[in-house]
Amino acid sequence: MMVPLHSSVGVRARSCLHKNKNKQQQNTSSTKMTKLHNSMIPVLLLRNNIHVFTYIHRKENTRQKGAENAFKVRLSIRTALGDKAYAWDTNEEYLFKAMVAFSMRKVPNREATEISHVLLCNVTQRVSFWFVVTDPSKNHTLPAVEVQLAIRMNRNRINNAFSLNDQTLEFLKIPSTLAPPTDPSVPIWIIIFGVIFCIVIVAITLLILSGIRQRRRKNKEPSEVDDAEDKCENMITIENGIPCDPLDMKGGHINDAFMTEDERLTPL
Amino acid sequence: MYGGGSFLVPYIIMLIVEGMPLLYLELAVGQRMRQGSIGAFRTISPYLSGVGVASVVVSFFLAMYYNVINAWAFWYLFHSFQDPLPWSVCPLNGNRTGYDEECEKASSTQYFWYRKTLNISPSIQENGNVQWEPALCLLLAWLVVYLCILRGTESTGKVVYFTASLPYCVLVIYLVRGLTLHGATNGLMYMFTPKMEQLANPKAWINGATQIFFSLGLGFGSLIAFASYNEPSSNCQKHAIIVSLINSSTSIFASIVTFSIYGFKATFNYENCLRKVSLLLTNTFDLEDGFLTASNLEQVKGYLASAYPSKYSEVFPHIKNCSLESELDTAVQGTGLAFIVYTEAIKNMEVSQLWSVLYFFMLLMLGIGSMLGNTAAILTPLTDSKIISSHLPKEAISGLVCLVSCAIGMVFTTEAGNYWFDIFNDYAATLSLLLIVLVETIAVCYVYGLRRFESDLKAMTGQAVSWYWKVMWAGVSPLLIVGLFIFYLSDYILTGTLKYQAWEASQGQLVTKDYPAYALAAIGLLVASSTMCIPLVALGTFVLRRLRRGDAAPVA
Repeated sequence: MMVPLHSSVGVRARSCLHKNKNKQQQNTSSTKMTKLHNSMIPVLLLRNNIHVFTYIHRKENTRQKGAENAFKVRLSIRTALGDKAYAWDTNEEYLFKAMVAFSMRKVPNREATEISHVLLCNVTQRVSFWFVVTDPSKNHTLPAVEVQLAIRMNRNRINNAFSLNDQTLEFLKIPSTLAPPTDPSVPIWIIIFGVIFCIVIVAITLLILSGIRQRRRKNKEPSEVDDAEDKCENMITIENGIPCDPLDMKGGHINDAFMTEDERLTPL
Repeated sequence: MYGGGSFLVPYIIMLIVEGMPLLYLELAVGQRMRQGSIGAFRTISPYLSGVGVASVVVSFFLAMYYNVINAWAFWYLFHSFQDPLPWSVCPLNGNRTGYDEECEKASSTQYFWYRKTLNISPSIQENGNVQWEPALCLLLAWLVVYLCILRGTESTGKVVYFTASLPYCVLVIYLVRGLTLHGATNGLMYMFTPKMEQLANPKAWINGATQIFFSLGLGFGSLIAFASYNEPSSNCQKHAIIVSLINSSTSIFASIVTFSIYGFKATFNYENCLRKVSLLLTNTFDLEDGFLTASNLEQVKGYLASAYPSKYSEVFPHIKNCSLESELDTAVQGTGLAFIVYTEAIKNMEVSQLWSVLYFFMLLMLGIGSMLGNTAAILTPLTDSKIISSHLPKEAISGLVCLVSCAIGMVFTTEAGNYWFDIFNDYAATLSLLLIVLVETIAVCYVYGLRRFESDLKAMTGQAVSWYWKVMWAGVSPLLIVGLFIFYLSDYILTGTLKYQAWEASQGQLVTKDYPAYALAAIGLLVASSTMCIPLVALGTFVLRRLRRGDAAPVA
């Protein structure tokens, strides 16, 4: 192989193209075991196929580009769905390819994208894999920018197809657009603040006013009482010996000097 | 913080030795002298009316800064009516691909507290502007306080029925909710496992004494003020014992609730941490999703370290050591506990809006109840004095006090306001109160005379004062207070320059900084203005008397 194996990305993407050109798919879903070493080492199935080698030699430049245009996808199905988690098998992969093709078809100039143009490989137990979209008429992979744009626009549909969300279906290198916070036109807290503020102001004014009214009433009574007292004091000197106090109407005491009307009439 | 369950031992001992006697003393003084703190101590000895003045000054400082807590409680209460709670999600950054940077580094609750509520500046020197939102809430808080004290202590008495009983209802609801939370038992076990070696730590005893002292509200003059409205024959000994027992049992009850919520928060964070580590390992080594659990994490880490050493060493710096104990040990006190820790726990509960509203409503009731006691301590001496009350009606005096405190309180709503708040919180009351209570006890026991006081009480209430109280008043409590005083002073002197915690927005955490010179001067002024009242007023009275005797002598 002429191409130096300098990056694992390049290795995986290249092996992706190899395998898919030969319609070879790695069978990983059957080995859903805790055999960790299986998932570690990317399996390079180099086929002794001349067709592959000629393809490699002819498409060396595009292969480099293909490495950049591949995206890694990571799914966390068990985290998202718990008991209702489905197994990741070839049918799910087919659905994924269909969704990617669907997203690409929405991009202008790419309406002719077919499911067979989407290539998946290196499916691990995680579940994670790499995918790349090819254009067989020109025999190169579609630029990453276009794929990124397409996926971003249809992210919601892709998520819903798998009952996952942005966190459990991750496209590394494609940042997800976060939902903007819902800002009501008037912040809610000001409304509640205004209500309580008005209630408190009304209560304060009522209390102050009632306090002033009470004080005014208290001020009036002592002044009337004071007048009566003055008259009484003057009369003490005038009246003949009878002190004014029992005759005083202050406090509403009954004046014993006067007989009440009722007692004049003798009872029957 | 000081050993969970074993903290109860110093707490209860200090309650019996220090709390109850001093509370009884203050109530008895108020009931006997039938005046606010200034008048009461003037009756004991004219030279000692400075103690009352010092109480009023400390209460005034407290009123200024304490209502800011109520303002924050209002702010959080109003924001609790949103779905989702604003402190549970981080706001997005400019191009909507991620969250705001400061929020990522800190947590969303801390971001909401430091950025949205306080809009805090990086240091106390940068003053910033008055933030209009907290300023509005502060205004509302003062209006509510004014509404309650408007008609004087009689109306305050009725409001206090409400503000004192409602928190209990909410606490009971929270107890039931807290105990049924996942992980609450962790917090409770942490609280009740006694760490006996902490008992040997003098700091635990000091903390117990300080807690009892400040939670009972001794030395503010509010107890004297309230007791002066009591019937002379009411049994203040019984009241003192009942009040202190209720106070302490409420504290213990509240701490049960607090620790169960604490345990929930710590467990939640611990499980979150484990989840993050598992995710990191799963992604790096492409393990099967859901394979890593809490139980096999350590084994798998060991296996991976041995099987793939190079890859493991790459990812190792990012792996955090998750530990439940370290989560539980992050002890926070004061405003941090109320507004950061609790909100973090609440946002993870179901129906979080309801719990949030309940919690901040309870906080508000407690805060307003404290404010009412405080303002009573300030207003009673003012309304008692003939000079002021003859010119202005009661409503106007209260209004004036509220207005002045509100205006000064606007300082705490500036961007650096929280740092000034911490200054007031730490220094305005602590030393001054210790000194005030010490002078009070000495004044009653030695200047007025313990025997005279005892016979007064017997005549007033009809009950004899047992030897226990006399021993406490004359000997043990003053010695304890002197000990506390010496401890605090030496602590301040030994630490050298005073430091404070400033919020660094770029790092998303608190950093320690030194106070600038003018802040130190402000602290000195705070402490001096209340403590110097005592000697200054004594000196002033002495000088006035000499002048009067000097005038009278030639006439005679």
